[in-house]
Amino acid sequence: MNTRVMNADEINRAITRIAHEVLEKNRGAHDIIIVGIRTRGVFIADRLAVKIKEIEGEAIPVGIIDITLYRDDIKASPSKHIVKKTEIPFSISDKKVILVDDVLYTGRSIRAAIDGLIDFGRPANIQLAVLIDRGHRELPIRADFVGKNIPTSHDESIKVMLKEEDGVDRVIVEKGDDK
Amino acid sequence: MINKLKSKDLLGTKDLSPEEILLILDTAESMKEISSRDIKKVPALRGKTIINLFYESSTRTRTSFEIAGKRLSADVVNISVSTSSVVKGETLKDTAKNLEAMNPDAVVIRHSSSGAPDFISKLLRCSVINAGDGAHEHPTQALLDLFTIREKKKEFKGLKVSIIGDIAHSRVARSNIYAMNKMGMNVTVSGPSTLIPVDIEKMGVKVFTDVKKAIEGADVIMMLRIQLERQEKGLFPSIREYSRLFGLNAEKLKNAKEDVIIMHPGPINRGVEISADVADGKYSLILDQVTNGVAVRMAVLHLLTGGV
Repeated sequence: MNTRVMNADEINRAITRIAHEVLEKNRGAHDIIIVGIRTRGVFIADRLAVKIKEIEGEAIPVGIIDITLYRDDIKASPSKHIVKKTEIPFSISDKKVILVDDVLYTGRSIRAAIDGLIDFGRPANIQLAVLIDRGHRELPIRADFVGKNIPTSHDESIKVMLKEEDGVDRVIVEKGDDK
Repeated sequence: MINKLKSKDLLGTKDLSPEEILLILDTAESMKEISSRDIKKVPALRGKTIINLFYESSTRTRTSFEIAGKRLSADVVNISVSTSSVVKGETLKDTAKNLEAMNPDAVVIRHSSSGAPDFISKLLRCSVINAGDGAHEHPTQALLDLFTIREKKKEFKGLKVSIIGDIAHSRVARSNIYAMNKMGMNVTVSGPSTLIPVDIEKMGVKVFTDVKKAIEGADVIMMLRIQLERQEKGLFPSIREYSRLFGLNAEKLKNAKEDVIIMHPGPINRGVEISADVADGKYSLILDQVTNGVAVRMAVLHLLTGGV
């Protein structure tokens, strides 16, 4: 049984709100850079950058991080095994990095992404923006900006679908682990 | 799309499928970025041990494997055979079994005998990577050549490649011919007829004894090192004659395509198989090949020993 929990409008509104929150917390777009985590975090990062440009008129650099080489759970999910490119063609030193992912769950991906980012320099700070926070953290990590909190059980899975990758904008909760 | 290699070993390109070749090249593309960072290291192979077991001399390949392993955080141990127990008469089998007793995750081997990597791969549970065996195969060299070609030409299908020089003794040529045929390239070989194996056409290549014909219309020219150590056997009259007939120089290049690329696996004999101005010229990708070698070997090490 699947339940749709967000449609395209709701996703769009959530990203718009996060853009405002990022600007409010950082008092503008100065020194901000955005880094999306592959795969779907990248598209949310791009959309967030577009929103911030609309609001503030300032173009924000957007990078991509692939965390495959930093993961601690490759054994558990071999299908995510293919190494994709990391693209951060600008300095992150002394910048405020907004790290973006689609779903925050155990926190292990975020740990891997933070380790990866630190290899590129010493940012002023790292803030975390996620579209969905589904709970069940296994590491002391929390998001600074959340599109929607969706309390879940372990046997449910959250599927974030985005136009760029899946042809449609939608978030659904799937009962039972059929992956 | 596949996400891992079938075998635990990389012994040659002959056994790789086109999908596996693409997986290695795509992974290498992601790895290449790491070498351009300030901190050129990722933790992917932390706690893995890689042994470089080189029975033949090597600068590029051994260093390349060592750097590749280290950029992935593996511990890399180099065994130089001249200071090892091999000089005391230890057999390859015993050396391999003793190394295995120390639980490495991969052994990278170069050996003057064809089939040595295959032989130890059957004895060892860990991955075995062929870094060149006799006149048989040198798969990572062919893979880095393909990577370099794809970087410039974008696509493989229909590309004309001319491999020129000592084909008979060249493991680089063999590995490249297998791999290039699989990827849909058309391969021509050229060189003195004493250095072209009989029946080479059975590998799916064309033979030109006139090097000018081999150069004409080629998208890729791959020069091979003339192995001076074999010169005593009198396989060709003189180095000077070889250079005049088969060496690549600016004059011969006039017949080449406008966008030709020139490759060489190194080490080069300047002024013998390739003139200095061509080796250092604008068509030459010789140093790109070396750079890409690290990325390709990172990809191979990660695909064989990473994760599990």
